[in-house]
Amino acid sequence: MSDTAQTATIPPEARPRLPRGVRLVHNEAQGGWVLLAPERVFKADPIAAEIVKRCTGEATFDAIVDDLAKTFNAPRERIATDAGAMLRGLVDKRLMEL
Amino acid sequence: MGCALVATNGAALPRPLGLLAELTHRCPLGCPYCSNPLALDSRHDELDTATWARVFKEAAALGVLQVHLSGGEPASRRDIVEITAAARDAGLYTNLITSGVGVNSKLIGTLADAGLDHVQVSIQDSDEKSADHIAGYEGAYARKRALAADVVALKIPLTVNIVIHRANIARIEQQVALALEMGAARVEIAHVQYYGWGLKNRAALMPTRPQVDAAVQAVDELRKRHHGRIVIDAVVPDYHARFPKPCVGGWGRRSLNVTPAGKVLPCHAAESIPGLEFWNVKEHALADIWVSSPAFNAFRGTDFLPELCRTCDRREVDFGGCRCQAFALTGDARATDPVCHLSPHHGKVEELAAVQEERAYAYRRM
Repeated sequence: MSDTAQTATIPPEARPRLPRGVRLVHNEAQGGWVLLAPERVFKADPIAAEIVKRCTGEATFDAIVDDLAKTFNAPRERIATDAGAMLRGLVDKRLMEL
Repeated sequence: MGCALVATNGAALPRPLGLLAELTHRCPLGCPYCSNPLALDSRHDELDTATWARVFKEAAALGVLQVHLSGGEPASRRDIVEITAAARDAGLYTNLITSGVGVNSKLIGTLADAGLDHVQVSIQDSDEKSADHIAGYEGAYARKRALAADVVALKIPLTVNIVIHRANIARIEQQVALALEMGAARVEIAHVQYYGWGLKNRAALMPTRPQVDAAVQAVDELRKRHHGRIVIDAVVPDYHARFPKPCVGGWGRRSLNVTPAGKVLPCHAAESIPGLEFWNVKEHALADIWVSSPAFNAFRGTDFLPELCRTCDRREVDFGGCRCQAFALTGDARATDPVCHLSPHHGKVEELAAVQEERAYAYRRM
């Protein structure tokens, strides 16, 4: 089930998007971004929020990684690995669609 | 996380995550296990649209993330669309908890446009005749299925809630199959909790120990069989458990409940405990109620509990269990929930769990 080497990748041409019923919301009192789903709440750290905000169903994973690398002036390969692992985790929980 | 809330005694207070908005007690169904109180609020006393909109804003500012629009049947309110839109405008995740009766294709479409995020519909049984008998409403089963089809067509995620008791406990497998057929992504298998109308009908609803054991095993097998296709959440049959449930995640810790008339409760059954002073949103801001109302502070933390609980390793897991149940079964709301096998009153629970009576339901009616 958790063969991370195989499953952690997101195809470069995939266009990740939040399914209907899953929303990223900012709540001041809770101190930041949260991903809301049926009967579930996930706190999103600022980096996770930046990744999820870009998952509009329009941008490809490749483009999202490019954008993040540019915005945060970080190595592209590292971003691709980290963002890919995070998004794969969300896909497995049905909180993201490809 | 966020700015800290401080209680009247100076201690740090957690922020609530969920708000159960009981918009009305009116409901076309008469389910004999209804969790509403025996004394129902009348339509005349219901909060108006503007007050609900204010409550939702105050809730979001307090840290609430999700609102459960419930009842009774929430669609009995003519302003259900305005209420849903107001919750969404406040930034809340909106969950409609419905019987399915009174929500036609047009209404669910309008609610979807208003930003409804999720729908939970109850089913009473996989057998149509039995389902309508339990609901006390002929045609309910068919209407629920029609609503589910509309919800799925609109691509709104659907949860099916199945309340389990003696009349349907043998058909858990068929009921989960029905939930899958209806297109649910999640199913709740909730054994009846004995409060309100459920308490009144306890002996008519109570399953036998062998039935409960078979049901627990069935749920385990169904989880494995349907892994990846449907999420199965289960509410345990607590009269047959060894440890009590952590009622609403701990009194005044995670959620609050606003009644149709505006009273704010730590849980939906809290009014069954005598002597608690509840505050009303008509007179107080929601944050004041969360922090300072006597009812919310009555059983916060674990200091009020008997030594048995205060010295127990599970005190931060279940907080001594459910206050309403402790009161209902021992007469003392501060006692250990007698569902706990360590409670001196546990024998009483075992006795009650063994009482099954074949008698007509006392249907929930206003």
